[in-house]
Amino acid sequence: MAKASPIIELKNIGVQFSQKEQLIDAVKDVSLTVNKGDVYGIIGYSGAGKSTLVRVINLLQRPTVGAVTVNHKQMLKLTPKQLRDERKNIGMIFQHFNLLNSRTVYGNVDFPLMDSQLSAAQRQQKVNKLLDLVGLSDKAQNYPSQLSGGQKQRVAIARALANDPEILISDEATSALDPETTTEILNLLGYLNQSLGITIVIITHEMDAIKQICNRVAVMDQGKLIEEGSLLKIFGHPQQALTQKFVDSSTQLGPALQEIKKSHILPENSKHLIELNFLGDVTEEPMVVELYKRFKVEANILFSNIEQLQGTTVGIMLLALSGQDEDIQAALQYLNHLQVNVKQVNLAQIEVG
Amino acid sequence: MEHLIQQWLPNVVTNWSGDNGFEIAIYQTLYMTFVSAAFAGILGLILGIALLVTDSKGILPHKKFYYVLDKLVNLFRSIPFVVLLAVIGPFTKLIVGQTIGPTGALVPLILGTAPFFARQVQLALVEVDPGVVEAAQAMGLSPWKIIVHVYLKEGLPELIRSATLTLISLIGLTAMAGAVGGGGLGNMAIAVGYQRFENDVTIVSMILILILVFIVQGIGDFVVKKLQH
Repeated sequence: MAKASPIIELKNIGVQFSQKEQLIDAVKDVSLTVNKGDVYGIIGYSGAGKSTLVRVINLLQRPTVGAVTVNHKQMLKLTPKQLRDERKNIGMIFQHFNLLNSRTVYGNVDFPLMDSQLSAAQRQQKVNKLLDLVGLSDKAQNYPSQLSGGQKQRVAIARALANDPEILISDEATSALDPETTTEILNLLGYLNQSLGITIVIITHEMDAIKQICNRVAVMDQGKLIEEGSLLKIFGHPQQALTQKFVDSSTQLGPALQEIKKSHILPENSKHLIELNFLGDVTEEPMVVELYKRFKVEANILFSNIEQLQGTTVGIMLLALSGQDEDIQAALQYLNHLQVNVKQVNLAQIEVG
Repeated sequence: MEHLIQQWLPNVVTNWSGDNGFEIAIYQTLYMTFVSAAFAGILGLILGIALLVTDSKGILPHKKFYYVLDKLVNLFRSIPFVVLLAVIGPFTKLIVGQTIGPTGALVPLILGTAPFFARQVQLALVEVDPGVVEAAQAMGLSPWKIIVHVYLKEGLPELIRSATLTLISLIGLTAMAGAVGGGGLGNMAIAVGYQRFENDVTIVSMILILILVFIVQGIGDFVVKKLQH
């Protein structure tokens, strides 16, 4: 990653809407900083205020209070003309693609170049290069209605890149796509980040999307930013219940716990079901074997999920321990010592859906 | 053939050419329709776009301006056309120098049609996907460019549909204007056909108006079909 120089700074942003004589706080006192080269993920359920918040970045939504700095420019102090120029530096893609149906694929990508100083030949060259970049050169003369969802989003990405923006905002861009296409689009965004150094802000309600390409994550709930940090921190040590929920949804831990409870493998009051979260090399240690060798504690692996995030191994494991109580206590201490995050799971608290 | 026409449409034949004949009436109807359509079209388009963009959800929201324009458009749309014709007589005289004849009918026709068309334009263009408009704003396009290249371009099929509808309703108004001194096929049907009991004239006038309506509708549908992808 590039060295940390802030490209987007939101300070104490609040957005209020008046709806039917009622004031609604869509965003409440949110401050965040996105550094150059980041892929910054904002996750939250629908209605959490994420879409409103990212629209504050390019002032499609003017905040009621707060300061917006993009590229060291105070966005709220710009004239309309200056703001339009600044917006050309911030590409945006949307859940429903928002392509112009009356124009071909080529016409859509060419559209934002309307104000550019390029010659006709340069413009043509640029559009073709962009279509090539997103792999749609052969569809140049097709209309959006003739494309699949994934192809439409590729056109939208090419269009968003037309003015060589330094920032790309993705507003639920993969939410209307199937899982395979989602992965494709996310890979493309990741590639753009790596190859062009473009800073990306992604909002989504899917932890999997975040996991795939983001290096920093913010969690939003009811207009507030409740947790923020590096992907590894959020994934390895989530602080808030909602963050935990998102992480669990991605690791499939939630469904696994429900299965365990339903199957009655363990009594509900079992104190010997533990969840381990570990980062890095710890995984390499044959933990389960060690537990038995050292403490005569048998560890039954009920669930395990190990993946690579940003080149670091992140693992989650559910173990059912059996042995003498004091041995188990010693075993837990040993695990804590290994810098493994150990948590006792209370099955009685698991909601079976 | 000629014999048949003579037999079934005797009065149409005697009234075909001449000062108050069908030939002149057709010309007058076309004149009233297309001249007022041109003016009402431009005026309606401007007013409709003004309503569209100054609405609270528009790209240049302006509460007071929208409120006043919205009420004015409603007001003019509420006045029955025959009454409007009479009420704005002095104004008509000021503008075109006469209150009767096809030219005298132009001013009331324009004032009667423009607000209707303005509302149609507003309704047609508000159908343009707000997401596409937002995308254009995010690209840093000026409001003027968004109106021309997004609203008008994306909304063109709907706009043509509205224009067709307005033109057909305008043809109906020219028939009414004709009946109160504007000339044209409406006048032919009433003043000659109805009042002199020459029923064949009434029916042929009606058929000619219907043909005009069908042609307009046909062209409108054709263009819309060509524009859609």
